[in-house]
Amino acid sequence: MSTIHVDVVSAEESIFSGEAKFVALPGEAGELGIYPKHTPLITRIKPGAVRIQRADNDEEEFVFVAGGILEIQPDVVTVLADTAIRGHDLDEAKATEALKQAEEARANAKSDIDFAKATSEFAIMAAQIAAIRKLRGK
Amino acid sequence: MAGSKEIRTKIKSVQNTRKITKAMEMVAASKMRRAQERMRAARPYGDKVRNIAAHMSQANPEYRHPFLVKRDQVKTAGVILITTDKGLCGGLNTNVLRLATNKLKELESAGAKIETTAIGNKGFGFLNRIGAKVVSHAIQIGDKPHLDKLIGPVKVQLDAYAEGRIDVVYLAYTRFINTMKQEPVIEQLLPLTADKFEQTEAEKKAYGWDYIYEPDAKSVVDELLVRYVEAIVYQAVTENMSSEQSARMVAMKSASDNAKKVIDDLQLTYNKARQAAITKELSEIVGGAAAV
Repeated sequence: MSTIHVDVVSAEESIFSGEAKFVALPGEAGELGIYPKHTPLITRIKPGAVRIQRADNDEEEFVFVAGGILEIQPDVVTVLADTAIRGHDLDEAKATEALKQAEEARANAKSDIDFAKATSEFAIMAAQIAAIRKLRGK
Repeated sequence: MAGSKEIRTKIKSVQNTRKITKAMEMVAASKMRRAQERMRAARPYGDKVRNIAAHMSQANPEYRHPFLVKRDQVKTAGVILITTDKGLCGGLNTNVLRLATNKLKELESAGAKIETTAIGNKGFGFLNRIGAKVVSHAIQIGDKPHLDKLIGPVKVQLDAYAEGRIDVVYLAYTRFINTMKQEPVIEQLLPLTADKFEQTEAEKKAYGWDYIYEPDAKSVVDELLVRYVEAIVYQAVTENMSSEQSARMVAMKSASDNAKKVIDDLQLTYNKARQAAITKELSEIVGGAAAV
């Protein structure tokens, strides 16, 4: 039985590293299931759970990621996980916030940032709930 | 016994100072270990992103991201200056600030305008004092740096670069070499230099294929390069933090040693003064007895 090496790394730490038989994760365009010898592919991933079926004890491991980039090579899967929910709006909001801070005049930008923050928190929660349901449903 | 009370007070106060420096030394030592671990933990991410980015720039030579394009003329330069939030860490900040000042002068004399981003309190205060234009800043990073806090301030520079308002971005920080040695450096962050994406022959051979891109190569490359730059900045912040804790540990150690020396000297003076007073008293008694 062939296996595939899985690395889940974030900018702050390495989250998971090991051999797996099967990996499932939430791609931007839909759920992806990866078996060894998958064709090379690169895509963005959405916030959600990465399910890894370990090769050594057949146990399933769940890693929660807040989005990021997925790279697949025939024998290596690399998940470049974000440490926090990212999104164009939110990044933008952060930059605006930084700018405003520098100008020390942030009276107007607040509502946008709050909205983006709330949306992202909601996305995290929804993904977490979905992951928990999946776990329970097994 | 002239001045013996003053000497005793002085000894007491130096002892108290030494207690503080000793405590700071030990705190820095334990924080240093954790900071170094964090610095090492951040490396794999940067390496992975670099590898993928290298491969993609090789596989898609027709698409050049603005981060990779060198501009002929530098009208405005961006400088990201990473310093510590707190002081008492030897010459760490002074060294990196000196280096940055030299760079700023050099850029100014070449006729370029400058926009700075300060990461860390010390650099922020410094840039404001010298009247540099600070477009964004991140202070109070804490002992555990989070990428989250850096994204906004760094994006201000990246956006300005992508839109062409800035032609080059430099990154100044203190590189961690080992516990005893830290080196201030100033590097070019953007445009990304091509040699970072040079592949070895083995890598070229291994990459005889191309990825399937979802949704398309351009948007993935864009996202990846932003992450790559952020990873570099984050890495620099963790290095700076390791440097800070090591420098503080060393500075506090030498402060403790110096305090010890001062205490010893004062103790010697005190003992001498005490002995002299006793001798004087004795000779007075003896002198008095002889007179009787």
